[in-house]
Amino acid sequence: MTIGVLAVQGDVREHLRVLDRLGATGRPVLRPEHLHGLAGIVLPGGESTAMWRIMARDGLAEPLGQALREGLPAFGTCAGMVLLAREITNWPERFFGVIDIAVERNATGRQVDSFATVVSADGLGEVPAVFIRAPLVRRVGSGVEVLARLGDQPVMVRQGSLLASSFHPELTGDVRVHEYFLALCR
Amino acid sequence: MEKGTYRVKTGFAEMFKGGVIMDVTTAEQARVAEEAGAVAVMALERVPADIRAAGGVARMADPKKIKEIQAAVSIPVMAKVRIGHIAEARILEALGVDFIDESEVLTPADPFHHIDKWQFKVPFVCGCRDLGEAARRISEGAAMIRTKGEAGTGNVVEAVRHMRILNDQIRRLSGMSRAELATYGKELGAPVEVLELIQEQGRLPVVNFAAGGIATPADAALMRLLGADGVFVGSGIFKSEDPEKRAKAIVLACTHYDDPQLLAEVSAGLGEAMPGLAIEEIPERELMQHR
Repeated sequence: MTIGVLAVQGDVREHLRVLDRLGATGRPVLRPEHLHGLAGIVLPGGESTAMWRIMARDGLAEPLGQALREGLPAFGTCAGMVLLAREITNWPERFFGVIDIAVERNATGRQVDSFATVVSADGLGEVPAVFIRAPLVRRVGSGVEVLARLGDQPVMVRQGSLLASSFHPELTGDVRVHEYFLALCR
Repeated sequence: MEKGTYRVKTGFAEMFKGGVIMDVTTAEQARVAEEAGAVAVMALERVPADIRAAGGVARMADPKKIKEIQAAVSIPVMAKVRIGHIAEARILEALGVDFIDESEVLTPADPFHHIDKWQFKVPFVCGCRDLGEAARRISEGAAMIRTKGEAGTGNVVEAVRHMRILNDQIRRLSGMSRAELATYGKELGAPVEVLELIQEQGRLPVVNFAAGGIATPADAALMRLLGADGVFVGSGIFKSEDPEKRAKAIVLACTHYDDPQLLAEVSAGLGEAMPGLAIEEIPERELMQHR
């Protein structure tokens, strides 16, 4: 099973490493032709504005958006969640807009407030989670299932085969969230 | 809940990979950088080329300026402190600066020591010219490394020199026994525990960017081809004829560094690059990299 990792910018290598550990074939996605034959795609952590500006200018945003709307399974972590969200409460644009959630960018604050913790995820149990200038989900649409919360804040959500987390499971050495995503790709 | 741990610091640095970090001196420039697709901005009083021209003592930027830049953009804001200046670093940490560059571009404050970066919640990036310097900074707690290059020159040769030396020295580690590592560590002035980590991973254990003299999209691509995870651009953007266009071009070049067709497209019609300086024409005592 070949899983793409959007590779315009961000922690691509970390996601590829987890996919490799799980026996999936990871493929960095930089150009439209890299989308062919993917069972799913990971949108990594990084800067959502930077990733979007690059994709909008090099011609990747359109075919990737098309593929997402046509049902390509996707997993967005942090910036990836922002890219997938329908609405961004503190930013004038929206990006792919395919998951019916509203997120607040950088909701956990500046880097000195970034943290590592453990969240309890449905069906997965306690999962280590690193939150870095993380987005938080402020509104959840009716077709969206909340899989994990931090306090009362949703931090991991699923809409069909689209998955998004505020945190970075790829930085923890724990592969269960990715394993869950691979099951959505099958 | 753990804040300011090494994993949280180095994890943040991983998010910059493939990106461009741009020096800015005003809120307006910061917005240009964000719109161009920068992954972070470096808030400064003056860009390195102007620091070089002005001479005198270069210090941390005015907190007022840093706050203006923080208010202007949504991407991370970095700022520089003088080497060893613990108090400037505490001030930047209190301001909520996202990353501190303990930088040779400013006038060093401590002739003996760098900052003990383990004592801070905010992550630090430090410059290096070779593996010894990189390993020392990592052992002091740096969460990210960059080549020093020669800032403010628009001349990429020193950044290339430092990246080449670093790569070569990392390659030499492979296959060394513990005893050989200890001897090599002594030669480099590098802590052997850090060298062991680098030997094991075949690369630095933290993100490694290129900096110092990058002025064109091709320069950014060159540094990526040599293994840099991303680039810092100091004077190269806002000292050029058309900063907006050049900034966008450098961002695309940094991502698509191995796509010559695209590099040719983005390099076309950018206007004048910043004026460059030959390294041989700079008096030895004015070289920033030796700090």
